[in-house]
Amino acid sequence: MRESPAGEHAPPHPTAGVYLRVAAVLVILTVIEVGVFYVPAFHPVLVPTLLILSALKFTLVVMFYMHLKMDSRFFTFLFGGPLLLALVMTVGLMFLFGAFVLKR
Amino acid sequence: MAHAAAAHHTSLGLDSRKMAFWAFIGSECLLFASLISTYLIYKGRSLVGPYPHDILNIPFTSISTFDLLMSSLMMVLALAAVQRGDLKWAKVWLFLTALLGIFFLAGQVYEFTSFVHEGLTLQRNLFGASFFVLTGTHGAHVTVGVIWILTLWSRALRGKLGKANALTVEICGLYWHFVDVVWIVIFTVVYLIQ
Repeated sequence: MRESPAGEHAPPHPTAGVYLRVAAVLVILTVIEVGVFYVPAFHPVLVPTLLILSALKFTLVVMFYMHLKMDSRFFTFLFGGPLLLALVMTVGLMFLFGAFVLKR
Repeated sequence: MAHAAAAHHTSLGLDSRKMAFWAFIGSECLLFASLISTYLIYKGRSLVGPYPHDILNIPFTSISTFDLLMSSLMMVLALAAVQRGDLKWAKVWLFLTALLGIFFLAGQVYEFTSFVHEGLTLQRNLFGASFFVLTGTHGAHVTVGVIWILTLWSRALRGKLGKANALTVEICGLYWHFVDVVWIVIFTVVYLIQ
């Protein structure tokens, strides 16, 4: 395994500058999200746009603030596995209970 | 101290506390997925109002979202301060993280109270039931996080939070950031996609 133990041998975390830049991007993405919500021109593509922006914010926090980008890949597996299962479960349940209407 | 730290390492060379906590976070993903699924399945099926578009306050919730994002920033800055042994700034950042968490909770209390005054209760309709259970569960997680951060802050005030405790702060941070990412999803799915 390429992992190094936590503690003094743990992989280096990002600097405060990186954390601040990530925060700035998160704020900008949130402003865009809210902006898209209020602009009628975006309404036909509102749902995919918001889901993409939300996924971007989610990924940034997990990669940089939760350090998955530089931490052991085993932690990514521990988090990513259930997350994938959760996504499949959500979509599956929505299909099962008719939340998606399939058009012919 | 070195012996104590070594005792926590698994055969993978990873810290067992951190590994267990990531597994816990994985299980939490499934808990919130079940609540979000329930909300989405019940969406648009309420027979009586108030409905989401009647009652949800996007500007107010946007500020709450900004507040929680900033608290995540404060948390990583606290961790960075603890890792470099800077107790003074660790105290400042931990306090600000908890304070922003308390602001978020205060906002949620205000939101819930105003919704109840407008007629939306847990029993009123499917929207009310699924909304309060989902956001209430998230709020309970934020409350636990605030208490945890205040505990760390209190240890820092007594000078008992040094470089050697960086992993303790990191694990608390993992929990706090997870609460933040759950809110990122809730903000989009519940508030913006109506």
